[in-house]
Amino acid sequence: MALIDKHAVLEKNATLLLIFSLLVVSIGGIVEIAPLFYLENTIEDVEGVRPYSPLELAGRNIYIREGCYVCHSQMIRPMRDEVERYGHYSLAAESQYDHPFQWGSKRTGPDLARVGGRYSDEWQVDHLMDPQSVVPESVMPKYAFLMKRDMTPDSSNSYIVDNMRVNRMVGVPYTDEQMEAAELDFWSQADPWGDFYEDADGDALLERYPGAQVRNFDGQPQVTEMDALVAYLQVLGTMVDFETFTPAPGR
Amino acid sequence: MSKDDKNKVQTTGHEWDGIQELNNPLPRWWVWIFYACIVWGVGYMVAYPAIPLVNKATPGLLGFSTRANVAADIEKFKAMNGEIEAQLASADLTALEPGSDLYSFGMNYGNATFAAFCSQCHGSGAAGAKGYPNLLDNDWLWGGDIETIAYSIRHGVRNTEDEDNAHYSEMPAFGDDYLEDEDIANVVAYVMELSGLEGAEGDLEAGAVVFEENCASCHMEDGTGDRGQGAPNLTDAIWLYGSSAEEITHSVETGPFGVMPAWGLNASFVGGADEQTVTAKINAVALYVHQLGGGE
Repeated sequence: MALIDKHAVLEKNATLLLIFSLLVVSIGGIVEIAPLFYLENTIEDVEGVRPYSPLELAGRNIYIREGCYVCHSQMIRPMRDEVERYGHYSLAAESQYDHPFQWGSKRTGPDLARVGGRYSDEWQVDHLMDPQSVVPESVMPKYAFLMKRDMTPDSSNSYIVDNMRVNRMVGVPYTDEQMEAAELDFWSQADPWGDFYEDADGDALLERYPGAQVRNFDGQPQVTEMDALVAYLQVLGTMVDFETFTPAPGR
Repeated sequence: MSKDDKNKVQTTGHEWDGIQELNNPLPRWWVWIFYACIVWGVGYMVAYPAIPLVNKATPGLLGFSTRANVAADIEKFKAMNGEIEAQLASADLTALEPGSDLYSFGMNYGNATFAAFCSQCHGSGAAGAKGYPNLLDNDWLWGGDIETIAYSIRHGVRNTEDEDNAHYSEMPAFGDDYLEDEDIANVVAYVMELSGLEGAEGDLEAGAVVFEENCASCHMEDGTGDRGQGAPNLTDAIWLYGSSAEEITHSVETGPFGVMPAWGLNASFVGGADEQTVTAKINAVALYVHQLGGGE
């Protein structure tokens, strides 16, 4: 009973008790969390997943700012009914560059993990401006103001270069080239032929961000929050080619 | 204390100012459930993936895998529906007997697929919305026979993903330097006159000339449109982008450019399915849409 007797020391010393409780909880945490960083089936690398382009990242920030995640999940669970409705179940790798991830836990609206390419830009814009105009039974609020809120790479609603730098700091592999071209890429994606911004170059952007959707999304000459949000929505779930994807063995 | 003495409950031996802590044993049912949980936990650890090792966790004796489970589930339903789905995928849509098993399977399959993938634009009742065609009427932009409907679903309209096969046409934005405002007002008046709409102000004769020179090559001289180019009939009462003078003027100035995705392009698009399922789904939706009221 010697050990039990020693326990009395802990019971009579609040600080010591706190320290030891913390120690116990930490061990539990480490055992549960640490393996996720090295187990092969939790860090499965999937071809095609790339960091978000500057405009997509700006759109993602609007998605977060407007709280879209409160009603929309981005996580197709591996169940037949979900796969039938939304497409291939989500892979962990598909949100590996999301900080924070947008899996969500509530579906007032549908899952958006594979919404990219499912609807036209026009529909996305119409629907965001007035959801009931295309889906009368919808309870989604209107986001028409996004059309009026202009964006530049360093405006207060984007700070896109800083944002990319922070993402890079936490492990998103933006290259030096991507960092240098960030401002240009921001313009290029919504104006690939340089109609409004002289230096814009859609092809160069596509080389840096393969598979990006490159066009004027909202039909207005200036880049708005609508452009950014639609650019983000249109890339969701499209990075992995599921015709060539095979799950890693052991999964 | 006397009561405790009578019941012979032990104390922990701790005492604070004469107050002692009783040491009642835990209820027996609780203790047994506790032991049972420990045993169950050990069993679970052996049966299911549990302990993380060097580069993967112990797989467990049952070989549980979420991905294998969903694949098996999908496979199970495929085995059940595979035969009739294959029939639907290779069926001659024009020759399907209403009332036959294949027809009712296609109708239900089409209805469900329409609700999941098409209703967002065309409406849950297929009545469409401004800019998104109503599928209940007999006014078709690209053709309303069942084969054409299936083609439109598979390849879509004006999308970049299936550029070579998608229906394509582009109405010029006549507001961009093509026509003067006055010409546009006149041609709008003429177009409204064509379908008997009222409310436009403009010179009809001048409008007719503008129409002849700029619009007739696609919308035809009599304004009845050309399905080869998806140019709508302007003489009927159906207006995709609105029928007020203001809305028609907007259409003439900006040139509508409706886009529909190519649903047959990527199998994973419609539920992680293979080519046969995709074809069956497209045929089912074509069947469903064709019988909504306007099918030819």
